[in-house]
Amino acid sequence: MTIAPEKTQTQVQLRVGHEWFALCALSLLTPGRGVAALLPDGTQAAVFVDREGAVHAIDNRDPFTGAQVLSRGLLGSAAGGPFVASPLLKQRFDLRTGRCLDDDAVSVTAYEVRVG
Amino acid sequence: MPAMTTPTTPTIVVVGHGMVGQRFLEALAERGVAGRARIVVLCEEPRAAYDRVQLTSYFSGRTPDELSLVEGDFMERHGIELHLDDPAETIDRDARTVTSRAGRSFTYDTLVLATGSYPFVPPVPNKDAEGCFVYRTIEDLLAIEEYAKTARTGAVVGGGLLGLEAAGALKGLGLTTHIVEFAPRLMPAQVDDGGGAALLRTIERMGLTVHTGTGTQEITVDEAGAVNGMALSDGSVLDTDLVVFSAGVRPRDQLGRAAGLAIGERGGIMVDEQCRTSDPAVFAIGECALASDGRVYGLVAPGYEMAETAAATITEEARSFTGADMSTKLKLLGVDVASFGDAHGAAEGCLDVVYSDSRSGVYKKLVIGSEGELLGGVLVGDADAYGMLRPLTGSVPPVAPEQLVMPAGIGAPAALGPSSLPDDAVICSCHNVTKGTIRGAVTEHSCTTVPEVKKCTKAGTGCGSCVKVLGQLVNAELEASGVEVDKGLCGCFGQSRQELYEIVHTLRLTSYQEILDRHGRETARGGNGCEICKPAVASIIASLAPTIGAGGYVLDGEQAALQDTNDHFLANMQKNGSYSIVPRIPGGEITPEKLIVIGEVARDYGLYTKITGGQRIDLFGARVDQLPQIWARLVDAGFESGHAYGKALRTVKSCVGQTWCRYGVQDSVKMAIDLELRYRGLRSPHKLKSAVSGCQRECAEAQSKDFGVIATANGWNLYVGGNGGATPRHADLLAQDLSDAELVRLIDRFLMFYIRTADRLERTSTWLERIEGGLDHVRDVVVHDALGICAELESLMADHVANYRDEWSETINDPERLRRFVSFVNAPDVPDPTVKFVPERDQVKPDLPLLSIRPLEALEGSAAR
Ligand code: SRM
Ligand SMILES: Cc1cc2nc3c(=O)[nH]c(=O)nc-3n(C[C@H](O)[C@H](O)[C@H](O)COP(=O)(O)OP(=O)(O)OC[C@H]3O[C@@H](n4cnc5c(N)ncnc54)[C@H](O)[C@@H]3O)c2cc1C
Ligand code: SF4
Ligand code: FES
Repeated sequence: MTIAPEKTQTQVQLRVGHEWFALCALSLLTPGRGVAALLPDGTQAAVFVDREGAVHAIDNRDPFTGAQVLSRGLLGSAAGGPFVASPLLKQRFDLRTGRCLDDDAVSVTAYEVRVG
Repeated sequence: MPAMTTPTTPTIVVVGHGMVGQRFLEALAERGVAGRARIVVLCEEPRAAYDRVQLTSYFSGRTPDELSLVEGDFMERHGIELHLDDPAETIDRDARTVTSRAGRSFTYDTLVLATGSYPFVPPVPNKDAEGCFVYRTIEDLLAIEEYAKTARTGAVVGGGLLGLEAAGALKGLGLTTHIVEFAPRLMPAQVDDGGGAALLRTIERMGLTVHTGTGTQEITVDEAGAVNGMALSDGSVLDTDLVVFSAGVRPRDQLGRAAGLAIGERGGIMVDEQCRTSDPAVFAIGECALASDGRVYGLVAPGYEMAETAAATITEEARSFTGADMSTKLKLLGVDVASFGDAHGAAEGCLDVVYSDSRSGVYKKLVIGSEGELLGGVLVGDADAYGMLRPLTGSVPPVAPEQLVMPAGIGAPAALGPSSLPDDAVICSCHNVTKGTIRGAVTEHSCTTVPEVKKCTKAGTGCGSCVKVLGQLVNAELEASGVEVDKGLCGCFGQSRQELYEIVHTLRLTSYQEILDRHGRETARGGNGCEICKPAVASIIASLAPTIGAGGYVLDGEQAALQDTNDHFLANMQKNGSYSIVPRIPGGEITPEKLIVIGEVARDYGLYTKITGGQRIDLFGARVDQLPQIWARLVDAGFESGHAYGKALRTVKSCVGQTWCRYGVQDSVKMAIDLELRYRGLRSPHKLKSAVSGCQRECAEAQSKDFGVIATANGWNLYVGGNGGATPRHADLLAQDLSDAELVRLIDRFLMFYIRTADRLERTSTWLERIEGGLDHVRDVVVHDALGICAELESLMADHVANYRDEWSETINDPERLRRFVSFVNAPDVPDPTVKFVPERDQVKPDLPLLSIRPLEALEGSAAR
């Protein structure tokens, strides 16, 4: 497999407050899986790239257990939208909104992401 | 805060926030009362209502939070004022006020007493000594658990339903446990003499000591005043460090008594059919009430009926409570006990149909009325039929009663499906849900799954004993209404796991995306799949890897994205996001050198170390970035992955066998090691466990394994389909006196046949019970080659064995594969600061409080963001 040079340069950026924060090269992400990133304020984000190549980011903290593990869950699609299932107790979170699909009362922060 | 009410909003004050109190609040909310009235609840306990019926499940890991009965923001949403830890102390019926211990005073228009019961403690000397407990609240359990840490023996006073539950809990806490019961048999209220005898045998076989027909005369104490024994009425003395009283309950009617409400002779606040007390502004519901039929009900279902009745009466609907039946099923101890309806055969002219087998501890009795109708019954040792029989009570069963008690296999097994029940049969007695209501949920409210029906009707959300019948009913109803019952794996695939296996095998597909896009449901094609089918398909591809030409390494290319997180990191994730490490120790045999390496690694990385139930060693608390370093050392010392993370072979346990043991007839250790090395890494629908014993004494517990081997003088006996865990099953004998080679060949076939035909997450035990023809069919296929597939099964296994490689050594030698083992993609050198540990018994455990704090506060001590 060859990777076009400009593709490896492409950076994934997250919006934190008013700033865009550069995370890593897009090529470091595996389609269908996530990685964790450390943000300037000490919080953690879970960053995913789906099958279409779209990048999503939500808080890494699983609100049901408190552990910083959402980045290590499995990706899937439900009703057309991408979600991640927490690896601990398997609740699913919509990657675009951070809403928990199994409990209306729970949601996590969803970050704006751009690739450039 | 002073009570502020305008005369237009009526106030309802509820005293007691237990199971029935909460159900009453829900019934008010459903009727929209919460918006029209002020509702105040006084709760004596430090926590809101929880599931007392499931109390004992705390000891199997349910947390107090999980036991809660109050959903999310229920109280806020309905504007209900709940005062925790503040019991009502006095009622002034003239002024219509209730005053609490904290001095709060509320004026009520309607008062509802739901104060439940208190455990009765017989007035024996030293009954309040240190080490004496009752068994009613979460706080009681916490105290027992704490005290049991320093105790060795426990005694339960009372052999009724709750006493047996408490005894099971003490045994579970590791205490030598005694049960002292005054009556001549256990569970005297529910079962008859025959049932009591069967129950006694089973419970004694489980290692508990039962003293029936004996009373407790005195609790004896040591100099410090702590319990050290019990003097019994038969003159004997029982040494014990801990005593739990479970000698029945009494209604908590003191408040009502002091306020001058009418009280029954033997206690209980007297109520009419609408649950009103002698003061029409005051209701009493649940265990504190003496119902209009003269009984105090100690069960939750009648309490819920009363809650509904009181709420209906308050909103001027007609409803009454005139009595309920006393069916119960014991949930604990691994003994099935159930009684329902007229269990003692009190009705005139009734006859018993009894089946009794003392050998296996099974006793079943049905009470049949003069018209042939089923009046009640007692089931001990095998209560599978409870879910079907209880709703049939009152009607004439569709088959002869003898057939209902005979075990399957003897005589004609009664094919009694839920279709034979009338619509008004109560399926869920906890929530009083009839078959008609459940059918309605499917036909009118378009529920298509059991969870949906549970949500819609509440059926199955109490004690859980009706869930099996519920499932059958939902499927039958769906089929009847023309909806094809979807046996698909998940929302992405309409095929079952077995069908997908055949597709992958015959078409030699190795890409999940291709499988999804070509064979998935229309709506799922082109999507991301889901967390159910991805690991399932990954497992099928891995089982068949060499045969279909897929890479054997489970983390290559697309495969990496499919694996559950445990497989993805080749380790088991723990509750704080750290991982555990389990090196393979084949057959449980290990050299001192290797033990020392494990010790050194654990010491150097500060890992919590524990001997597992699988004859090997688990090292807990490694951060993701430490896994490769730790494994590099382990691989160096000759260890390999133990696959504790995968749905794969776990361990083959062994006993010491012929080499050392005076009874051994074969070398069980060698066979266990050979088998473990042969099947290591084999991906399967669920985990696989095995064991080899050197003789019939069976020290390796082979009969509780997916495939178990027991040595005979002539070779080996092979047992299959055994299971420990939640639903233990004894394995069945598949073949006898096999040579080494015959044994291995038969296991090869058996495992490959299972992998091919089982459902996702179906252990061999459930698979064996599910597949048509059961054991006989499996024997036909794998021993007699009835389907002509044995050669293929053997070659599939040969491919697996030839291509096995250790996943961890492949990983640590490849920088590309190692890249994923970092805490942060943008800061590969920074360890995750939330993975922290605190000391416990000279080792460590996860710092859980840290997880409940938002990371900012944890890191900087500031709540600002
Ligand atoms: C570590 C260990 C407990 C211990 O400290 O002894 C253990 C720990 C876990 N067991 Fe177990 N089981 C362990 C021996 C057992 C045994 C005893 C045995 O194997 O002889 C049983 C009963 C035997 C059986 O399986 O038939 C057992 C029956 C279960 C079950 C219930 C399976 C069932 O069919 O009912 C589960 C749940 C499941 O798999 O769905 C389970 C699941 C688990 C999980 C994977 C729960 C989880 O998802 O986190 C635990 C993860 C361990 C980890 O993170 O490392 N564990 N578990 C034991 C590891 C043995 C080993 O060396 O591999
Ligand atoms: C271990 C165990 C197992 C059980 N298993 C089963 C079973 O399998 N099936 C079954 O049907 N039933 C079972 N039960 C019984 C079931 O739990 C009760 O029937 C049910 O809880 C009764 O509900 P209640 O609201 O009337 O009483 P409770 O749930 O006891 O609630 C009463 C509440 O009122 C509080 N209270 C008392 N006085 C005051 C006051 N003055 N002010 C404020 N609050 C007050 C109490 O602290 C308590 O929290 C079991 C009980 C136990 C303990
Ligand atoms: S099973 Fe038999 S051979 Fe093995 S340790 Fe026990 S008694 Fe000895
Ligand atoms: S009978 Fe208890 S939940 Fe249905």
